[in-house]
Amino acid sequence: MEGVLNDKLVIAGVEFKSRLWVGTGKYKDFEETKKAIEASGSDMVTVAVRRVNIFDRKSPNLLDYIDPKVYKILPNTAGCYTVEDALRYARLGREAGISDFVKLEVIGDEKTLFPDVCGLLMATEILAKEGFIVLPYSNDDPIIAQRLVDAGAAAVMPLGAPIGSGLGIRNPYNIKIILETVKGVPIIVDAGVGTASDAAIAMELGCDAALINTGIAGATDPIAMAAAMKHAVIAGRLAFKAGRIQRRLYAAASSPFDGML
Amino acid sequence: MKIKLNGDDYAAKQVSTVSDLLVELGINPLRVAVEVNMAIVKKAQYAEFALKDGDCVEVVNFVGGG
Repeated sequence: MEGVLNDKLVIAGVEFKSRLWVGTGKYKDFEETKKAIEASGSDMVTVAVRRVNIFDRKSPNLLDYIDPKVYKILPNTAGCYTVEDALRYARLGREAGISDFVKLEVIGDEKTLFPDVCGLLMATEILAKEGFIVLPYSNDDPIIAQRLVDAGAAAVMPLGAPIGSGLGIRNPYNIKIILETVKGVPIIVDAGVGTASDAAIAMELGCDAALINTGIAGATDPIAMAAAMKHAVIAGRLAFKAGRIQRRLYAAASSPFDGML
Repeated sequence: MKIKLNGDDYAAKQVSTVSDLLVELGINPLRVAVEVNMAIVKKAQYAEFALKDGDCVEVVNFVGGG
């Protein structure tokens, strides 16, 4: 039991206290963002890189609410459809921040927001050579997952379902194959987690972490959902480490026959 | 000095370097990244990096995202 609880996620020498990573998009305001992130127990939060609003400088800044001394900040390349754009945003994110971590997205299609895996692979290789700790948002495809690792990815983040869809883990068998075949880096489900049971399923499969934004921010009560996701990720991880029973078609009595009248 | 700033025309007043521009804009340099003509300017270079007429400057920061 102690070994199960003392089970930390480490990437590139950085230790995470939580296996739940959270996004900061789509909240009503920064106050809600802050409260939800606190309730999630997460210490890794994703952010996007965008132009400063030059003409409204009194507007609050995300980092006034999410203290980079408390949280690890993971810049993404969301919205990038080409390798060139993804590289540009990754480099800007590194310069604006304080670490080499990047959540790399190279998007292939507006409607599904599925990754362009060819572009993703190219960008991963280039950024890894530049010293980035590249965490690519990928398809749930074991082949591309391994290619990304070969190209220098520090983790692979396969989607559970399209970004913001809340459809859950659509292909748990692919995720399982990725977990069995891609060795040496954490596998983090990113996108599609819609409610606590989805997060638990991802973790029960053996994923090392889950990254959730819309599933929390889009809930009727984001702060309560953040707490639910926290518990689901912990429960799922514990269940994975504990080792579940085999499924069987027929019943197996829990109470003994011996001593029956 | 006339520059392109985050996609818009901007007439900078007392500006000769990136540092001057950030001061004029009231922007905390620690929270942003700056690109001049598509090349990132490192924070350590802000004070000496000279801007000139027609430069294309981008100033970005972190916003909510997933």
